[in-house]
Amino acid sequence: MHKDNQPLIFEMTKEGRVGYSLPELDVPEVDLSELLGQELVREELAELPEVSELDIMRHYTALSNRNHGVDSGFYPLGSCTMKYNPKINESVARYSGFANIHPLQEESTVQGAMELMFDLQEHLKEITGMDEVTLQPAAGAHGEWTGLMMIRAYHEANGDTHRTKVIVPDSAHGTNPASATVAGFETVTVKSNEHGLVDLEDLKRVVGDDTAALMLTNPNTLGLFEEDILEMAAIIHGVGGKLYYDGANLNAVMSKARPGDMGFDVVHLNLHKTFTGPHGGGGPGSGPVGVKADLIPYLPKPLLVKKGEGYAFDYDRPQSIGRVKPFYGNFGINVRAYTYIRTMGPDGLKKVTEYAVLNANYMMRRLAPHFDLPYDRHCKHEFVLSGRRQKKLGVRTLDMAKRLLDFGYHPPTIYFPLNVEEAMMIEPTETESKETLDDFIDAMIQIAREVEENPEIVQNAPHTTVINRLDETKAARKPILRYHKPTDSE
Amino acid sequence: MKHRFLPMTQQDEKEMLEVIGVQSIEELFSDIPEKVRFQGEYNIKPAKSESSLTKELAQLASKNADSVRYASFLGAGVYDHYKPIVVDHVISRSEFYTAYTPYQPEISQGELQAIFEFQTMIAELTGMDIANSSMYDGGTALAEAGMLAAGQTRRKKILVSAAVHPESRDVVRMYALGQSIDVVEIPLKDGRTDMDALKEMVDENTATVMIQYPNFFGQVENLKEIEPIVHEAGALFTVSSNPLALGALTPPGKFGADITVGDAQPFGIPEAFGGPHCGYFAVTKKLMRKVPGRLVGETTDDEGRRGFVLTLQAREQHIRRDKATSNICSNQALNALAASVAMTALGKQGAKEIAIQNITKTHYMKQQLKKAGFEIAFEGAHFNEVVVKTKSSVKELNAALFEKGMIGGYDLGLSYDEFAGHMLIAVTEQRSKEEIDAFVQEIDAFVRELEASHA
Repeated sequence: MHKDNQPLIFEMTKEGRVGYSLPELDVPEVDLSELLGQELVREELAELPEVSELDIMRHYTALSNRNHGVDSGFYPLGSCTMKYNPKINESVARYSGFANIHPLQEESTVQGAMELMFDLQEHLKEITGMDEVTLQPAAGAHGEWTGLMMIRAYHEANGDTHRTKVIVPDSAHGTNPASATVAGFETVTVKSNEHGLVDLEDLKRVVGDDTAALMLTNPNTLGLFEEDILEMAAIIHGVGGKLYYDGANLNAVMSKARPGDMGFDVVHLNLHKTFTGPHGGGGPGSGPVGVKADLIPYLPKPLLVKKGEGYAFDYDRPQSIGRVKPFYGNFGINVRAYTYIRTMGPDGLKKVTEYAVLNANYMMRRLAPHFDLPYDRHCKHEFVLSGRRQKKLGVRTLDMAKRLLDFGYHPPTIYFPLNVEEAMMIEPTETESKETLDDFIDAMIQIAREVEENPEIVQNAPHTTVINRLDETKAARKPILRYHKPTDSE
Repeated sequence: MKHRFLPMTQQDEKEMLEVIGVQSIEELFSDIPEKVRFQGEYNIKPAKSESSLTKELAQLASKNADSVRYASFLGAGVYDHYKPIVVDHVISRSEFYTAYTPYQPEISQGELQAIFEFQTMIAELTGMDIANSSMYDGGTALAEAGMLAAGQTRRKKILVSAAVHPESRDVVRMYALGQSIDVVEIPLKDGRTDMDALKEMVDENTATVMIQYPNFFGQVENLKEIEPIVHEAGALFTVSSNPLALGALTPPGKFGADITVGDAQPFGIPEAFGGPHCGYFAVTKKLMRKVPGRLVGETTDDEGRRGFVLTLQAREQHIRRDKATSNICSNQALNALAASVAMTALGKQGAKEIAIQNITKTHYMKQQLKKAGFEIAFEGAHFNEVVVKTKSSVKELNAALFEKGMIGGYDLGLSYDEFAGHMLIAVTEQRSKEEIDAFVQEIDAFVRELEASHA
């Protein structure tokens, strides 16, 4: 990778070049200003690029070379489950019968797509232990909000309009409190105890008849299984609240413990994490929501149902919360997740979890002598180290993360969860080999040694990337969020 | 059984268990209480080999009627457009699609720069100051516009035109419900927003007025006339717009829109049974710090090299938690990339040409329908869509069209009681004159036959 700027595509423009091929206009031309009125005819054209097809390929290939994905190298970004994205998924999602169908076609002409969706729902019901599933939410946070809106509707239907609070642990993903706010709830934080688990005493203190729900990730963001889950369920259900499962960490417990059996009433899944819809540089995801029987009436509409030999969308659902998204969800991602589940089967999904957990524990044990391990017990699919030992030597976790870039790795999630100082959250996933883990561990140990012997090399990292650390303060203070074509005077 | 995505060998497993100091993998799950332990394996379909699974799923896909084998006249918010082949080649580069959110800018410059370019292209097309990095889809983007407006104006009422996509209106209502915001519909007049009703309805409690441009019926709303009504009441002007149309139409920014949202699906993104598509969100500079979702900004490193970072993150859920402007986290980044490539391929001239082709072909369809004696519901210019009174059941008509290899239009009666028996017909640049003629001929023949059987 060379360190020169890759020009913006706008800077490659040359008037008169084209990169498209439209069909010939085979109907009579019209006079736009006559048809639309002069005011509606665009005068200044949008300044889009003017480049050839090769220019396009070269530009985006150059950009791709300045980007690190799972296929480029190890990507142990905690809580994101950066596992291998199977190529079969990509092929299947591009089958014309899946990619080129319209959501409003007559149902009789899209039965194959509906069958796939229905069978995916059936698989997700079994995997989560829930009674019904909707595929409508577009991503995890969207699923959270959908689930909370259902809980809200459930309480309201019971005349429970005073349930205004959603309890969230201090270690929760930021989306949990944000989704609660969007759904109109007030967030109450429950503390973690010295073992990194929800403090039951504090939970008892914050619950009440105003509790709508508790949102919980299990295992939590420290990678630790909430052992008191049944007691917690009893506390929440005891005051009439509902238990919400954030499925971001499902990769840790497949075939080992199902949310539905732990007492959860609502579950969302991140199909782009556990079920290999690719992360896409930040999306699209897919966030299906599963519920227990008493919440089925509130599911978003339409609900996909089996009807005789075929499938149908059921719109006649008077208690439904309504529509959370146009159409039926991110179908293309759901196709990928379904392909993955069918590839792995029951034996494969069980091994996925077992190896994800084995990999994480192996890494944790090998790294523990070199960094602080705030919670010393078996982890699940991820674990959290603290860089406080290195901080005392003047090197921050951020510096160590940047140093990892020089070794060709994407760093772990850093400074999260919030309840660990200088946190590094490492999630290897099951698709990485022991050799990859060992190489990464060696790099981490070397960095720990550098912190003691030659801290500058870490503090000034990265040294090998296409760009050095960027001035984020400047970016925020005087935001430049788009390119402007220079005027003639410039 | 061996699995090709799982590299663990027995030897690896043994060595790793030794390092951990446990006898078996099972011990690592000893913290899960016995009462909640799942025993055995899931009762799901068994694993399939690569070739047998692709065979099965290809057969399943072939049960669906796709817009390659059938000439599609169905739009209603999702369109069969020209998808430059180069788009799929770019988004198939796995450095893009196997990466996540660009949290580490030094190794994510490719994604960050591509999104910066996307933001620029959307801002250019919409005539707005800035755009974000994408939303889930046009419907949720519109709903988020409502939330932004309510927060900004501290008002609790949204006025949404009945000519906005019905499913988007449903989503606006859902989001508003959570925030206890009222959503009131502005009625239609001749297939457009009823201006007299709008003037009546807008008041000091109105946070925003939402107009679709071109609207659900393909009519081009008079934004110039609407804008002062909205702003005089102190409300924000939200426009939902098909960005492809803006290649030829005066952009909402020129008419004083505060927020312009929509879906970039028409630019290179497959219909995919309704998703994933690509919402966009563009605003005036004044609202920059209220935008939901991610923003990419330009900056420099210590050697003065230009680079890109995620910026203004203090708005977002991972920093602000319950005080965030939105709960959105994952967005539609890969589809924003797809749309960028399509917008780049079309470019300055192609964006105009494709928009004009859509207007021209829709106009041709309208003329042919009129010639055949059909009643067109609304007059004026049309983009992509034209509403025709079918004199029959739309469902039966579509069944007849399907027999002839065509996917018919949208049954408007499903969303508007007053338009029972009306079909919303979409025409894009993909439909040839021959296909349009065949379509008109077929519905004409169907209706004649129907009339003959009643006679």
